[in-house]
Amino acid sequence: MEVPILKQGDVLIATIQAALTDADILHLRTALIHQVVRSRSRGVIIDVTALDVMDSFASRTLREVAHMIRLRGAETVIVGIQPEVAFSMVQLGLTMVDVSTALDLEEGLAYLNQKFKANS
Amino acid sequence: MTQKDGNREIKDVQEDYALGANQAEAISVLLRELVAHLRQNRTQLREEWARRITEAQLLTAMSKDEIFAEATTVYDNYVEALETETFETLQAYARNLSERIIPRGVETHEVVGIVLLLRDVLARSLFAKYRSDFNKLNRILDAYEPAANRIANTVAVGFVQERERVIRQQQEAIRELSTPVLQVRERLLILPIIGVIDPQRARQLPEQLLRGIRTNRAKVVVIDITGVAAMDATVANHLVQTVEASRLLGATVIVTGLSPEIAQTLVKIGVDLGKMNTVGDLQGGIEQAERLLGYKVVPIVGAS
Repeated sequence: MEVPILKQGDVLIATIQAALTDADILHLRTALIHQVVRSRSRGVIIDVTALDVMDSFASRTLREVAHMIRLRGAETVIVGIQPEVAFSMVQLGLTMVDVSTALDLEEGLAYLNQKFKANS
Repeated sequence: MTQKDGNREIKDVQEDYALGANQAEAISVLLRELVAHLRQNRTQLREEWARRITEAQLLTAMSKDEIFAEATTVYDNYVEALETETFETLQAYARNLSERIIPRGVETHEVVGIVLLLRDVLARSLFAKYRSDFNKLNRILDAYEPAANRIANTVAVGFVQERERVIRQQQEAIRELSTPVLQVRERLLILPIIGVIDPQRARQLPEQLLRGIRTNRAKVVVIDITGVAAMDATVANHLVQTVEASRLLGATVIVTGLSPEIAQTLVKIGVDLGKMNTVGDLQGGIEQAERLLGYKVVPIVGAS
């Protein structure tokens, strides 16, 4: 299932709506790192609220996406990790070091706006 | 149990009964005599018992009158249990008594002590009565001892069971209260941890905190462990995991109040605290949290 990517001002928002296969995630990665420069976005939000499982492949790939997007000149925030998901991720050692996270979409947008303000 | 076993047991019982029928009858005759004796001397024995209780300094939590009132009821129940050889009434009374006296701090040894005292008082009165007839005394004691032991047993077990029920209930209550997640300001939670963190509490901790972060939309959490006396590697790792999981939800965690002992153990067992943001005391933690959230607390000039 393809993940829709919406543009909202300076920010790209990718909302994952159901469990993803590995191929879907790779597809999302390619789409995001292409679009981020094409749309001249300064930030990317990946919303994982709908995921009730996050395996090692998914979290590693999301982390890679965040790093790649940084190299393409934008900030990434991962939002909406469920409490249970968060705790099982930590137990598996998938702590998403140096990736920004926020509670939900609203928080993510607030975080990015603050960052933009600080940089401009 | 299979049908066969059941049949065999019934047969055994019947045989025992046939063998012991005469004996049982003799015992119940003796018990009747015994009960009559105890009824006759009720006032005197009861007083003697109450006196011995006070003398032995048992039930110090209760007043003299209360002891006497309870002693009367226990005495009557005791005699009744001897007479009918059924223990339900006594059991129910023991439970009821325990319910009333446990909150007042009566100890197990006191309850066992008073029942044994009663047993002793009654036995002495029997010695006195049958002093001249040694054979009769022997038979009376044969009848009396097993029943008396069983009564003592029933009361003690009833008391301990009631006590255990109370303990279980309290444990449950403590568990519920043990990890409160409190909001002190918009988007700022504190989680004071007091007492021993056992594995069950350690498991509960992240669960409650993460839920609290989501419902209160918290950005900063201060975990205060001033009240925690000791911490082992498992618990410390749970704490680190809680901090990391909170970060995945977008919240920053500040840990405050690590005691010198805990700091030593954590460094010695090599827990990775690099990811933990620690501040000396709760006040400092809250101040830092306020800075992170952009609050500024200013005293009002002229306020008392």
